[in-house]
Amino acid sequence: MERRPRLSATNQTVQDHGQHHHHKDLAHHFDTLEQQHDANTLGMWAFLLTEVLFFGGLFAAYTIYRYKYSAMFEEASNHLDITLGATNTVILILSSLTMALAVRCSQTGQAVWTGRWLLITIFFGLMFLGVKYFEWKHDYNIRLMPGKDWAGKDFFWWQYAKKAKEMEKHDKGHSHALPDPKDVLPDNDPSLGVKGIQESQQARLFFLLYFCMTSLHALHMLVGFVLIGIIAYFAYQGAYSPDYYSPVENIGLYWHFVDIVWIFLFPLLYLLGAHMGH
Amino acid sequence: MATVSLESRPYEKVSDHDSSHESVNYLNHDHSILSWLLTLDHKRIGLLYLVTITLMFLLGGALAGAVRLELLTPKGDLLAADTYNKAFTAHGIIMLFFFLIPSIPAVMGNFVLPLMIGAKDVAFPRLNLLSYYLYFAGSVIALTALLLGGVDTGWTFYTPFSSTYSNSYVVVMAVGLFVVGFSSILTGLNFVVTVHRMRCPGLTWFRLPLFIWAIYATSVVQLLGTPVIAVTLGLLGVERTLGVGIFDPRLGGDPILFQHLFWFYSHPAVYIMILPSLGLISEVISTFSKKTVFGYHIIAFSSIAIAVFGFIVWAHHMFTTGISPYAAMVFSLLTFSVAIPSGIKVFSWLATMYGGSISFDTPMIYAFGFLGLFTIGGLTGLFLSTLGTDIHLHDTYFIVAHFHYIMVGGAIMGYMAGVHFWWPKITGRLYSEFWGKLSAGITFIGFNFTFFPQFILGYLGMPRRYYEYPDEFQVLNVFSTAGASILAIGYLMPMFYMPLSFFFGEKANSNPYGATTLDWTDTTSPPSPHNFEKTPVVTEEPYNFHGKEAAVVSH
Amino acid sequence: MASSEHSTHQPASLTLYLGTFGMLMLLTVLTIFAGFQNFGMWSTHIALGIAVVKAALVVVIFMHGYSSSPLTWVIILASIFFLTIMLGMMLSDYVSRGWVI
Repeated sequence: MERRPRLSATNQTVQDHGQHHHHKDLAHHFDTLEQQHDANTLGMWAFLLTEVLFFGGLFAAYTIYRYKYSAMFEEASNHLDITLGATNTVILILSSLTMALAVRCSQTGQAVWTGRWLLITIFFGLMFLGVKYFEWKHDYNIRLMPGKDWAGKDFFWWQYAKKAKEMEKHDKGHSHALPDPKDVLPDNDPSLGVKGIQESQQARLFFLLYFCMTSLHALHMLVGFVLIGIIAYFAYQGAYSPDYYSPVENIGLYWHFVDIVWIFLFPLLYLLGAHMGH
Repeated sequence: MATVSLESRPYEKVSDHDSSHESVNYLNHDHSILSWLLTLDHKRIGLLYLVTITLMFLLGGALAGAVRLELLTPKGDLLAADTYNKAFTAHGIIMLFFFLIPSIPAVMGNFVLPLMIGAKDVAFPRLNLLSYYLYFAGSVIALTALLLGGVDTGWTFYTPFSSTYSNSYVVVMAVGLFVVGFSSILTGLNFVVTVHRMRCPGLTWFRLPLFIWAIYATSVVQLLGTPVIAVTLGLLGVERTLGVGIFDPRLGGDPILFQHLFWFYSHPAVYIMILPSLGLISEVISTFSKKTVFGYHIIAFSSIAIAVFGFIVWAHHMFTTGISPYAAMVFSLLTFSVAIPSGIKVFSWLATMYGGSISFDTPMIYAFGFLGLFTIGGLTGLFLSTLGTDIHLHDTYFIVAHFHYIMVGGAIMGYMAGVHFWWPKITGRLYSEFWGKLSAGITFIGFNFTFFPQFILGYLGMPRRYYEYPDEFQVLNVFSTAGASILAIGYLMPMFYMPLSFFFGEKANSNPYGATTLDWTDTTSPPSPHNFEKTPVVTEEPYNFHGKEAAVVSH
Repeated sequence: MASSEHSTHQPASLTLYLGTFGMLMLLTVLTIFAGFQNFGMWSTHIALGIAVVKAALVVVIFMHGYSSSPLTWVIILASIFFLTIMLGMMLSDYVSRGWVI
């Protein structure tokens, strides 16, 4: 593997002259740029290890309830919009590609293009969240998100949400004017009962996990925007060079991780019940 | 045979040519308050932690005192039932999350780790300071929750009580723990990277002091476990805020799932507390026996093994909750496996002392206390990992006694050994050996008086977390409370003679014990701001005392 | 002492990145297609299998796993290992609750 000559030269300087001739990007407690780069990379991977377990807690909750309530989870999953989910998958993978290109440009020393690709990554990220916003809003309107008519023990929530979805189909755009739950479901509906309540609770757990997982994912994207923005600014300032680009590389790792989480969320949340037909 | 020297520390006097105490060091190079509060120096950050966790320890200790006083009499007379619940909850939360978890890693680890591996600092000094302030912020939030009215769920936050029924400040406390959890993660991350990337030339993995191996294993556990408790407390917060049923069985949730997630972190968290002590004790015993550690490689790997085994045994906390008996059997079996690396360590310490030239300095006395108490704690753990026995002993005082033998008898004894051990390095002064040995002895006696009766109480069936009990349990409870007062004296004494020694103590030379690790051999006491005059180069394994004893005495 | 081999890797070719992106798109289409088929109990396994392949592509190509140090791979495998332990051992409790001998 070919070494970049500038990096080797820098090492030589440090070894020969000690601390007095530090590279401008080298923190005082490191000896060489390589050591610093390796520490940064390892730190980022260790952080991602933590993140895997962080999302892992939610995935564990999902796994257990998916196992316990598999039928209802499939039915509930059918209420999510596969088209929007798939669109977002494409957008996020696209943003992963642009991020990979940004890192590549920082490695080759194309400062301006590093900044540009980073901004394009943010653009795709925002697009993802835009789609997500309308999706959440829609979910909220048909009572699939925490909010109006959501909590409560003895409430046929699932039947109500199904009805809300049906009404929304017939009455596009006026879904916010849903009637009172009591009017939709008369108390004496004989088809309901204990089963209805159980179905409601189980479906609600699915949407609760959907809400928790997608919002935690979205939160990670928001944090990502801020960090990418800062790094894009420094990239335009010419702060990164083939000698020193670990901030770009690390934000790249972070962003790809966010992408990977979505790669798992998409089939687990959206596609569970696709085979049952809409 | 071990040669026992009764006169204390013949080598403690500062020799004339050792003028380290007059030179610039990390304590005196800048006196301003801001230089402490915004410091990036791992040594100063270690001291910030030391002060903060000592305050938390005092608070947690006071709450323990309240609990013990209430249990002096069978009737609930001192505290109301609800106040009692809040007192033991606060005691548990403060001691575990705000004292024990950061104790050795954040104080000793911060101070000593870079010194031991010949580094100028940890890999990410800014992150290190951020960890401290996250810890501080988490403490403030948790104390706010206590001042607002406290939490009455027990430190385990079991659902559905915590999620649905408790009217106390669960969410505020959960936020506090969430924040302090991030402090723990970032410290762990920093240490992992530091051990991997900052070792000085020649310091290969098998030349690392065993304390470093232990801190490394601990840090890995912090990285892997803490995020799970963070997200679990997050779910608890969501459940309480939105009124939905993630863990509430009335709403279709599963309370056992909470316990699974909780213990997936909280069992390994036990090893976050005890592992650093195990490593530290290896240092102390080797140094004061003037003998290399018996079975270095095995000890190093046993730290890693304890960390990994810690993640596959968590359900032994849940044998009585209705988990599958088959899973319970597997978890019971796996739990026994933790005894193997722990036992290896105990035998290694004994073998290290065998034939060594043992000096009975204060850290060593604490280490002796540790040895006895940790062994009792560990062996009673085997009773509890046995399925059938656990059904009888679960949620009794036997459990309380068992984990206090590990946490207090193990982790805190180790922590005290460590504070005394590195005190000359931290301050450049020697504390009074007399008071040190006295406090170690009093702690040991007080501890056994407090917690041994609790084994018997638990065996007889006294349940934990009750503020009243039948009259026949009173004698043992009086024993326990009396012991707690002795224990309190043992812990309070160092808080006087240690600070006093900081101002009036005899000056220490750079290596008062003749230890062999870099923190002693290559730095001054106290160390200079950048630790080493020149980057050390390591050429041999640690704990090589051959031919060094004479040199040390001649200092 | 820090190994330096992986920190100096050459930038990967554009074709590789674009090809990976293409593969990820193909797999996305595949996973949606598979979702609409009824594989019974295997649906989730198939969906997860495809997701694992996609994630692996991202890790190996986009995250430069192909030129990462062994230590990085230890971390990657450790995260998978401990995640598996958490999910697997929790599930072992739920799955075996109804067993009768």
